[in-house]
Amino acid sequence: MSDKGRAWLFGDDISTDLIFPGRYVHLLSNMPELVKHTLCDARADYAGGVKQDDFVVAGNNFGMGSSREQAAVIIKLSGARAVLAKSFARIFFRNSINNGLPCIEVDTDGIAEGDELSVDFEKGVLRDHTNGIERPFEPLPPIMTKILADGGLIAHVQKHGDFAM
Amino acid sequence: MPMTLVEKIISAKVGSEVRPGQLVMTPVDQVFAHDLSGPLAITQLKKLGFKGFKNPEKVRFFLDHASPSSTVQSANEQKTIRDFADEWGVELIDVGEGISHQIVMEKYAKPGEIILGGDSHTCTGGTLAALASGMGSTDIAVAMFLSKTWLRVPETMRFIIKGKLPRGVYSKDVMLHIVGKIGVDGATYRSMEFVGPAVDSWGIADRAVLPNMAVEAGGKCGLCPSDEHTKEYLTAHGRPQDYQPLAGDVDAPCTFELTVDCSILEPQIAMPHNVDNVVGVTDKKVRGVKVHQIYLGTCTNGRIEDFREIAKILKGNRVAKGTRLVATPASRTVYLEGLREGVWETIIEAGGLVNSPGCGACPGIQTGILGNGENCLSTMNRNFKGRMGNPEAFIYLASPATCAASALTGVITDPREVVR
Repeated sequence: MSDKGRAWLFGDDISTDLIFPGRYVHLLSNMPELVKHTLCDARADYAGGVKQDDFVVAGNNFGMGSSREQAAVIIKLSGARAVLAKSFARIFFRNSINNGLPCIEVDTDGIAEGDELSVDFEKGVLRDHTNGIERPFEPLPPIMTKILADGGLIAHVQKHGDFAM
Repeated sequence: MPMTLVEKIISAKVGSEVRPGQLVMTPVDQVFAHDLSGPLAITQLKKLGFKGFKNPEKVRFFLDHASPSSTVQSANEQKTIRDFADEWGVELIDVGEGISHQIVMEKYAKPGEIILGGDSHTCTGGTLAALASGMGSTDIAVAMFLSKTWLRVPETMRFIIKGKLPRGVYSKDVMLHIVGKIGVDGATYRSMEFVGPAVDSWGIADRAVLPNMAVEAGGKCGLCPSDEHTKEYLTAHGRPQDYQPLAGDVDAPCTFELTVDCSILEPQIAMPHNVDNVVGVTDKKVRGVKVHQIYLGTCTNGRIEDFREIAKILKGNRVAKGTRLVATPASRTVYLEGLREGVWETIIEAGGLVNSPGCGACPGIQTGILGNGENCLSTMNRNFKGRMGNPEAFIYLASPATCAASALTGVITDPREVVR
């Protein structure tokens, strides 16, 4: 799959507190409302402006901090095709894959706000169609690829009755 | 082959020698969720066609984040968890008992175990030489369902801590210094192993700060050796049978090694909005900064030893005008100990207030949310923008002594000026 989408730029160390602030914890089980606040403390214009299949593009250590899984869930529900970052915090990384949101560890330098991007997940290539940049990336570990392909960890366990390593 | 502590724990669990980078499927000894991670974990369990736990004794739910409930929503979510635990015969640790991580240390964690919790500070359990690691609700639900999980065996970073802590300097200062050195992603995916003569000499309360904050450097887990101090702690909590000595081999290869001489450290402060934004307390960037709220407690520094240190400084003094002091014991046990020792009396007489055991003001959902432009100095473990409920506020992190000294002056203050 390689649908094009726009880049939404974020910096380093975007915490899950910035993605899903504690002051919205009363919306924990109300995803349609919570999604309106996705990433609000990092960029107030994201939740209202993001379109289906756009990309969240960040620097180092995306998703640091709290294990709150709704941070990954609302980025997926906001329409983002994937999160592209130089590195990820590990709990967020697992949460995203478990929810069918690809996280791609790739050099994001040179990508500008609003650039047209596409990702070839099979070949492991990120393309920036606005400035012609092409970046290869390492595929996910096989277990994560499988979980992602099955549509998340719950679907994976429903299908195989177990982890299928 | 010599092995690090995390390699030993995983190897024993899976029954073969593991190496860093390897993906393994491992049985887990304990799995828990709390009032924020629990509702989604229950939803996911139901999707899995859950009809009861294979190992109910391994599963627990804690109600600690809103303790007691702060809104109708949190009350209903807590009710869902209580009903679920009751229906399926698993232990429910209700509001007022304290923070999951503290109770896991007091009552449940054993050296050599693998413990998963639906909270990033689950790594606190590593104080007792257990591989304790935080995960999201879905991973937790599946681990509850299958009593196992998959893990990537982490590389080990070894921190050798030596020297005697100077007056006014604590293990919290050592850990802030370490996170400042390696950065908020300096240990991502890795195990932080804390060793050395200083660690060997510290009791469990001093040690706990190190593994607790491993996640603040991105670590998968933080580990201390299990030794005579561990034995003493487990015995004091009525479970001497849970003790076994356990330590990493000193000659095991690791990816990084840092020696910290704590005898030359000064009290440390992490400035907003990242835990690695660390300076010494004498730095002009922090010295004299106005403090509107002092928040004492949390899974980092909410133990009786921390509150004793605080009470020593507050005894017979008054919290500065314009500063409020909020204290929250980490558990019912800590609450009772403090009550018997007169610690809360000292804090209240000084003008502070004491809340019921739990996470308190740290997650930003209750009892101590900050106002716009306000500064908070806290013993907690993270100072992200918005952490205490308001992105327009500023959080500084320090030791209990630095917080108590600053409460008396109303500005960030070097505790060495008051600690004798």
